[in-house]
Amino acid sequence: MTHELKEQHTMNAGQDDLLVVSDLKKHFRLNRKTVLKAVDGISFSIKKGETLGLVGESGCGKSTVGRTLTRIYEPTDGEVHFDGLKLKGRLDGKTKKRINRDVQMIFQDPYSSLNPRMTVSEIISEGLVIHNPDMSPKDREKRVHELLQLVGLNKNHAGRYPHEFSGGQRQRIGIARALAVEPKFIVADEPIAALDVSIQAQIVNLLKALQEERGLTYLFIAHDLSMVKYISDRIAVMYLGKIVELAESEELYEKPLHPYTQALLSAIPLPDPEKERTREQVILSGDVPSPTDIPSGCRFRTRCPFAMDSCAAIDPEFREVEPGHSVACHLYDPEIMAKEGKELKTV
Amino acid sequence: MDNHILEVSNLHVSFKTRNGEVPAVRGVNFSLKKGETLAIVGESGSGKSVTAKSIMQLLPKQNTMVPEGEIRYEGKDLLKFSKKEIQNVRGSDISMVFQDPMTSLNPTMKIGKQIMEGLSRHMKLTKKQARKRAKEMLELVGIPNAEARLDAYPHQFSGGMRQRVVIAIALACNPKVLIADEPTTALDVTIQAQILRLMRGLQEKMDTAIILITHDLGVVANMADRVAVMYAGEVVEQGTLDEIFYSPQHPYTLGLLRSMPNLDAPRTEPLIPIPGSPPDPAMLGMGCPFAARCPYTMKVCHDYHPDYTAVSGTQAVRCWLQDERTPEDHVPEVIRQGRQKSEIAADQAAIDAAGGVPV
Repeated sequence: MTHELKEQHTMNAGQDDLLVVSDLKKHFRLNRKTVLKAVDGISFSIKKGETLGLVGESGCGKSTVGRTLTRIYEPTDGEVHFDGLKLKGRLDGKTKKRINRDVQMIFQDPYSSLNPRMTVSEIISEGLVIHNPDMSPKDREKRVHELLQLVGLNKNHAGRYPHEFSGGQRQRIGIARALAVEPKFIVADEPIAALDVSIQAQIVNLLKALQEERGLTYLFIAHDLSMVKYISDRIAVMYLGKIVELAESEELYEKPLHPYTQALLSAIPLPDPEKERTREQVILSGDVPSPTDIPSGCRFRTRCPFAMDSCAAIDPEFREVEPGHSVACHLYDPEIMAKEGKELKTV
Repeated sequence: MDNHILEVSNLHVSFKTRNGEVPAVRGVNFSLKKGETLAIVGESGSGKSVTAKSIMQLLPKQNTMVPEGEIRYEGKDLLKFSKKEIQNVRGSDISMVFQDPMTSLNPTMKIGKQIMEGLSRHMKLTKKQARKRAKEMLELVGIPNAEARLDAYPHQFSGGMRQRVVIAIALACNPKVLIADEPTTALDVTIQAQILRLMRGLQEKMDTAIILITHDLGVVANMADRVAVMYAGEVVEQGTLDEIFYSPQHPYTLGLLRSMPNLDAPRTEPLIPIPGSPPDPAMLGMGCPFAARCPYTMKVCHDYHPDYTAVSGTQAVRCWLQDERTPEDHVPEVIRQGRQKSEIAADQAAIDAAGGVPV
């Protein structure tokens, strides 16, 4: 670990923030006329050892955020500060190599994310070969065995191929691969979505235990809100490429402010018949608009039950309305509400 | 009982593979009343979709075998039907909604034509009548501008809209039984809520019986009247919604409920996963298929297959813990408590049924 490099780039962000993202954008040009704004200016930070949950429906850009942070995609605009490094624009080879090592990813689909023609040992040690070229093959083998044990497999599995494993076991292999190069930050992109209920808890417990043991920092991307609440310290809710609300997870579930968050939470079917019978659901009408044709002003206004005139005209600012609880909605903006002649929503 | 519209008894389905015969469904029993929703829950590979497809007889003939069992629809055994007879039932009396709305529609056919297909086949409507009915169906499932949308192709619809179309097709001929195989799994939660509400509304309106196949216990709690829990090709537990959620008697059901995070529970409590993974259906031994993962196994579990034990009038379990020869102190507290709860609820139900005050 290069300490000089770290000090060189000490920046103004909070002391214990591992990652600070400001105004990150990722646009895809589909053809000469259309631009798909998958991520359209988002800012957040993640502290060391913390888990930030990122939730939203399909197409909201949550996976693109993960892929941009791991540099699978080059960001269109915006700045990322990671562990003392300032990442903006094109990166030089040295920085890139460090990011490739310190930021690892766990993918959603345990079937397509492992190369079927490589053995488990080859899959896990691939990163080691690149980032620790001096490691002897013997040490490498030892390391692979340690990693397999760590994720709940055993060393006899090292010589096998991915098809010999079940979904849950494959996800464990994916986790071992991510941990091999001792990363600081792990982007887990829907790591349990493809697994059966009884296996999901195994993987979530494993991720939590590894975090405690190794002080890992996670960005946990998911659409299953009950698991996200369980694993995350704070949660950011995305809608059409923007974060609409961010708060501590308990707070978000107890006091969702943004109408979208409210609808999203009330739409989760709870595994409790009594609650299902009694609670009231906010059911949104319509579908998510296309990210190539984002509505003016607030992007949620086409489905929002509280939409006002100002919502079409002005894009709501993402403001902190209470310590640690930010929301992008005019309902909580005194100025706009005064202009609308409506009562300000109390927090 | 005569008010059962569909009764599946002792159904066995196996597949011929290169490595011999693999049993996918092993002695499944359940029945369905008019207008009720039965949820079949289970993990992938537990045989829930195979059960559904064998009711519709949609499994490939050349490598599927149904060595035993009966599927009685209105008293007649569907398994004895000829190809032609089953075609008359399929889509009109019993219809199906599939998981993936992206692939269950024909991409080269206009939506309207796909809805009309069943109408002209089963209800012998003229083209004009069928088109009118197709439009009504689209309106019923909440698709705006229905008339124009009849001439649209599936790719012009979003996922949620496509699933609405699939439901419109399934319900077009007023089926008595609707089999919904993971109807919302491919959809987002806000869209899922819309579709579930739609299905409930239509069920009330048309008095359709629904078999809902899912792995999401939240969806079950939202929709079902009764629940059958499947594991390794068997129904291991069956009961009313409240019985399954509040007094589960099978260790597997209990495990499933425990491994889900509770939104109210503190985050510090670790989840209680079910250890191991589901068994390979080709390698099932003599004993209980859950024995290898069960925290309460006894010697008998590995050697002998448990039979159904009725816990209440509506709840039945396949587990040795329910056997009267099992020493009471071996039965875990949670299950004993659940049993008491079931008894109290049953007594209460009896009192309610008698319409009287408790004596």
